[in-house]
Formats: sequence, structure tokens, C-alpha cells
Amino acid sequence: MLSFLIRRLLQTIPTVLAVVLLVFVLFSVVPGSIASTISDDVDPQVELRLKQQLGLNDPIYVRFGNYIGKLAIGDFGTSFRTREPVTSMIAKRAWPTLQLIFTAMAFSVLLGVPLGFVAALRPGGLVDSAAMIVAVTGLSIAKFWLGLVIMYVFALKLGWLPSFGYGDGGLKHLLLPALTLGVSPMALFARTTRAAVLEIMTADFVRTARSKGMSETRVVKWHVMRNALVIILTTVGLQFGGLMGQAVVVEKLFSWPGIGSLLVDSVLQRDIPAVQGSILVVVLAFLAINLLVDLLYGVIDPRIRYA
Amino acid sequence: MFRMSVIVAGMALALAGSAEAQTPRKGGTIRMTAPYGSSFTSLDIHTTQRAQDEIYAKALHRSLYTWDSAEGKPVPELAKEVVVSGGGLVQTFKLRDDAYFHNGRKMTADDIIWTFNRIMDGTKAYPGARYVRIIEGAAAVEKGQAKEISGLKKIDDFTLEMKLTEKVDPGFYFFTALTSIYPADEGAKDSFIQHPIGLGPFKFVEHVPGSRIVLERWDKFYKPGKPYADKVVVSIMGEAAARDVAFRNKEIDTSVLGPAQYVAYQADPNLKGTIVEVAEVFTRYMGMNPAFKPFSDKRVRQAINYAIDSDLIINKLVKNKAYRATSWLPLTSPAYDKTMKPYPYDPAKAKQLLTEAGYPQGFEFEWTTSQNESWGLPIVSAVIPMLDKVGIKVKVKQVETAVLAEVVRTGDYQAFIYSQQSGPDPLAALKCFHSSTPQPACNYMNFRNPDFDKILDEAGQTDDTAKRNQLLQKANAFLYEEAPVWFFNYNKAVMAVQPWLHGIQQNPTELTHQNTEELWVDDTSPAK
Repeated sequence: MLSFLIRRLLQTIPTVLAVVLLVFVLFSVVPGSIASTISDDVDPQVELRLKQQLGLNDPIYVRFGNYIGKLAIGDFGTSFRTREPVTSMIAKRAWPTLQLIFTAMAFSVLLGVPLGFVAALRPGGLVDSAAMIVAVTGLSIAKFWLGLVIMYVFALKLGWLPSFGYGDGGLKHLLLPALTLGVSPMALFARTTRAAVLEIMTADFVRTARSKGMSETRVVKWHVMRNALVIILTTVGLQFGGLMGQAVVVEKLFSWPGIGSLLVDSVLQRDIPAVQGSILVVVLAFLAINLLVDLLYGVIDPRIRYA
Repeated sequence: MFRMSVIVAGMALALAGSAEAQTPRKGGTIRMTAPYGSSFTSLDIHTTQRAQDEIYAKALHRSLYTWDSAEGKPVPELAKEVVVSGGGLVQTFKLRDDAYFHNGRKMTADDIIWTFNRIMDGTKAYPGARYVRIIEGAAAVEKGQAKEISGLKKIDDFTLEMKLTEKVDPGFYFFTALTSIYPADEGAKDSFIQHPIGLGPFKFVEHVPGSRIVLERWDKFYKPGKPYADKVVVSIMGEAAARDVAFRNKEIDTSVLGPAQYVAYQADPNLKGTIVEVAEVFTRYMGMNPAFKPFSDKRVRQAINYAIDSDLIINKLVKNKAYRATSWLPLTSPAYDKTMKPYPYDPAKAKQLLTEAGYPQGFEFEWTTSQNESWGLPIVSAVIPMLDKVGIKVKVKQVETAVLAEVVRTGDYQAFIYSQQSGPDPLAALKCFHSSTPQPACNYMNFRNPDFDKILDEAGQTDDTAKRNQLLQKANAFLYEEAPVWFFNYNKAVMAVQPWLHGIQQNPTELTHQNTEELWVDDTSPAK
């Protein structure tokens, strides 16, 4: 297990390096300079001095080398915009994003998986048809529009919840953005679960279990559910990464103070260190969650060994 | 145009009237919105020139001057008296002796000197340097040739002498939050950026990055009885549709409206009365590069002004959320000439001018634009068929707003569409067309004309306000004739204000920038 963990951690290094290189090169070649980030009337001499201070006049490979060197000691650089260390900017935004994503994920798993299960147990029935209509609709709706509809209904019409903001970070303000973010993965989980359960229900080992006289409840609980979980878990892992991307839209819409809105602001204002740092954190989170999923495979299915 | 001005003035009076009719109520929370993006840039207001950041800074900080919307000019804020001498180049400020920072320390001349020296630190490139440069010796500090600004001299704790490099009204230079006065001892600390200290009517309580800033009443504020409210919350709400829901749901007290919402609110009897509008000091235009041969000919530039039906675009596309531009200076400028008429829509005249200039078949140019709904791609798309009608073909180059700013500064364009500050100081606004102004500063069209320079220099030298305004009007008319740009429109800022919020000022420099000590909420506010 430990050697598997070390090997997987080592495997992430080339992925992280590739992402860092890609983001670094991309933002080094796009038009715009630090001058337009700071002010529209910078003295040319000051601009030159500033570029020298920040090493922006060095060749790109030197800059990349310096950047990697700083990254190795956890220094993401200083924001052009706020003059703050990027690590501290990201640290302030990390918890709200995690809150949002985990709540959205909890909602989508708790609703989507049972929905898919129930649908698969009676394929073609009323529940199945209704569940699949919900799933396809959930997958098709644009987040921005859905968020506005949710705001309109739950805040303006029903008056149950505030329409925007972070409040004290509690559930009251979290529910609507999490619901908006969670609808699409909920739909995906419902569909994936249904497909996985349907496939497992016709597998040989299920037929054998039934022929041995095992009750349908035990068949579903011990054979179908356990095997389906591996597939569901893979989808959940992949969806975490997707949610981090989709959170950008939801955070902006609901004035939620996460990494997504930091990333958008940084891109729009050409704050390259902040963009690089934010993207890197998202990528690292994605890799960490997928590693966790790999480790959980073994817990769910003991046949999987970390050779 | 006149009708519009009357409407605006009428609304101003109505607002002022209703506010005066009631006695300001103490207490409650003012819930403002910051609509221009999803984050505040920094709590160090010296580092940021974004309008978004100045919304909270107006409550937290104070500068040497402040903008008086009723007077339409900057007025001394931290000084009780300003004595001008030395042929207009020496300003002596008798400072307030009752202004306390939020840490309880009294402001003195040392704080102002420290602040201005900080802003001129060339290793930091603070955007406010453009204003402080007007003080003698400031540029030397910026270039690293001196440690302190030689033109600033402390006479005593509450008297400050300032020598200027040019004869200008320093009020126009020192009223924005970019030159907010910091406490010298606290401002130098690293912790300042996490917990800023100012001189404003409200002190800092909390900042949730990307969501809100909360401020509470500063009891030692120097204006007796003010501020009225206990608290100010500025929520970041970049999405217009989300703001709309929150405003209708009474969760916020102010909301900036875009063209679509402007139409919707006007049509809704429940919301129509909440609208406040003002002609802001921003001119939207298409800049033409004189280095591109056809645009070097005045007749071609004029032809473009004749060829575009600006009124139609403002009416149909911008939904009347703009005022037609006549020349460069906006409606609210003290030097605006009310008798001036804009270029009429006259394609025949445009065609004639193009023929005279040697382009009977027209020509093609590249037009760089952002996606901005009020002065970007949608406008360019509407103009293309109008120019095509007179034989001019357009090749669109679409870039992001940040890239457009860079393109404009460097002159790397044939034409571009932009929104540029054209006030409140008419002299400074027109100076952007003076030969001595470098292109990256604000002379984006690289306009050079000795006759124009002469008029402007004369305006800068005169002490007679009426004569100065006359000369500025002449310079503005000169620009109309030279047509370095297609004069499109002046921004009409529109804000919805809940009926329980009183004291809103029609600030043409930026409507969202409110002197919060003047605002108060009555007892019908949900946040009373």
C-alpha cells in the first residue's frame, strides 16, 4: 500500500510539471504587460525598473527555472494586482471553494445514486422514466441560467434563503450555490448508477447468487451495490475535478468567495502569478482526489491489490 | 439633449427635495454593491485604480480633497483653508486639526508628506503617481533620484506647503482614493494591508475576499453628527441578473443597471421611481491612428463621423443609456458648450469628403475592439454596414479588455473603440490631446497640432475662470473640427436606489462613488 502510494505520488510529478509549463508558457506569450495590470499611466522608466525587479526581462527559460525553484519551496510568487503573496490569496479562498464543492457533491451523490438505483431496479417503469428525464434535464441546463432560476424561486418568490453572498459561511448562504453546482453531477450519477446496476444485475455472479436462493435484498446489497460502487466512485472522482471548473460560474453568480472567482479575476486582469497559482492548486486538488479514489478501490473491493 | 438634461436635473431636485424633507435618521446598515467584477483588488487603496475599489474606499479613507457633486467640483476635505501664492504654483493648506485616524491618532502634515512620498515610490509603481507628479520634485522620487518630494514642506503640524510644477487646480489631482492619506506609522507596517486604517467616516471591520467588505461607524469622524448609519456593507456583485434578483428581494440598497435592465426598470411601475441617472465623465469613441494613411486626412476622419448614425445606435442598441457625444468634453464638464451640435448622420456628405480626400471607392481598415456591450463588439457590428454604405470596409480584431488597454497605450492599431475618462477637469481631459502628452499617458491617437497646443497653453495660464472656460470650449470645438475620433457617446450611469436610502449624490466622476457620511436609511429599510 505504501509503495503504491509513493509510486502514485511520483507519477503526479510529470503531470504537475506539464501543467506548470503549459500555464507558464501560455501566459508568457499572451499580449499585455505588467504596466496595463498596474496602471494606465506608468512612467516608462518605472515600468522598466519594475520588469527588472520581477525578472520579466529575462529569457523565458530563466524565468521558468526561477519559477520552478520558488514553487519547490512553496512560494507561488507575488500578485501583480494585490501585491500580496499568491499563497495567502489562495489560502483565503480555499475553504469556501471546498465547502461549496463538498456540499454540492454530497447533494449529488445522496440524491443521484439512489435515484439511479431505484430506476435500474424497475427499468422502463414510471420511476425509471421520471428519473431519466430529471437526469437528462439536469445535464443539459446551463449553470448560469439554472442558478438564476434557483435564486428567483427560493430567494425572491419563496423567500426561504438569501439570493447571494457568503454570510457567516453557514448553510443558509451555501445551499443555493451548492444546489446549482450539484444538479449536473447528480444527473450524471443517476445515469451512471442506473447503467452500472443494470449491467451487474445480468452478470453471472448475480444469477448464481439468486439460483442459490439468496433473497433479492441480499443480492442487491451484497453483490450489485458493492460492484456498482467501484464504477460510481470513479465517476465521483472525475466529477470533483469537473466541479472545480464549474464552480467558477457559480461562485461569480452567487458572489461566493472561492478560488474560481479569484481565477477569473486574475485572468481578466492579467495577474499572471495568481493565475498560475490558482490553476496549479486546482490541478493538485484534482490529482489528490483521484489518488484518494484509487486508494478507496481497495477498501470497496478487496480483490483489488496495490501491486 | 436639452430634454435629457432637464430630466436629469429634475430627478436631482426631486431626490434632493425628498431627502431634505426628512430629518436624517441615525442607525441602520447601508448595503451597497460593487458591480464591476468579482473581487476587490486590494485593501491597500494606493495600489489600485479600479472604480470597484473606490466604492469601499470612499467610506474608509479620505483624501486632501473630495468631490462635491452638488457644486460639481472638488472641494478641500482635510484642509480648512487653502492659500494660493507664487503665481498659482504654491498652495498652502491649513489642515484640519480634528481629523483622527481609525487608530485614534490625529492626522498631521507628516502623514500627508509620508503618503505622497509612498505613492511616488518608483519600485512599486502606484497608480496615484500620475496625480502626485504635479508636485515639484515628485518625479525625481519616482525615478529614484531623490528620497523625498522637494515640493512638500511642513510649516507646522497643521500647515503644509505644496509647490506645483504647473498652474492647475490641485483639487482635480487629489480627490480620488488613489491619493488617500494613510497614517505614517501604521501605513508602513505589513499588517496594514489586512487591516487598513483611514480617516473616513467608517472604519474597517471585515473583508471576505470575493464577497464583501464590512465597515462600521467611526465615532471620531470630523463632521459633527455624521455618519448617520451604523454600518456599511459593500457586497461584490458582478452579475447584473443576480443583482436584479437581490435588489427586487430587498437584500441590497443600490444596484447599477445595464442597458437591458434600464429598459426593464423604466417599464416597471414599482421600480421606475428607484432610478437615479447621471452623465458620467467618460467619452466613448473610435480612435483613429494618424499613421494609417487614410486617417491622416482630416476629411476622412470627418467622413466617418458623418457616415455613422450614432443616434440610432444609442437608441436601439445602447437603449438610451448614453448621451450623444458632440465633441470630447462631456455634458457635466464645466467647459461643455451647450450650443454645440454633434455631427449629423449624412452619408452623402461622408461620400463627398471621401472623394475629396482621394478615396472615392473607400478603403479598408482594421478595427480593434473588446466585447464590451456598451462600447465594444456590438457597437462595431452595428457600425460596419453604415461604413460599408460609403465604401469603407472594416476588418474586426477582437481582443480582451486588458489587451485592448495595451494596444491603445502602444499605438498598435489602425482604429480602436474605447471609453476614456474625459473629466472632471476639462483642462486635464483636453491635455490628452496636447503634443507634449506621450501616447502611453493618454494621447492615444498621438494627436499633435500646434494650434491646439496654443489654445490649451493659454487656457492653462489664465486665472480668469470665465476666460479659461471659453478657451477650453474653443479647444473642444477644435477637436470637433479635427475629428481625431468618432465621437460616439458620453456614458449615462444608471443606478437603482431603494426608496429607504437617502442622500445619494449624483456623482458624475462615478455614480457608485458615494460620500457615505451623507447617506442614511429610514425605518422602512429591512436593515434598519
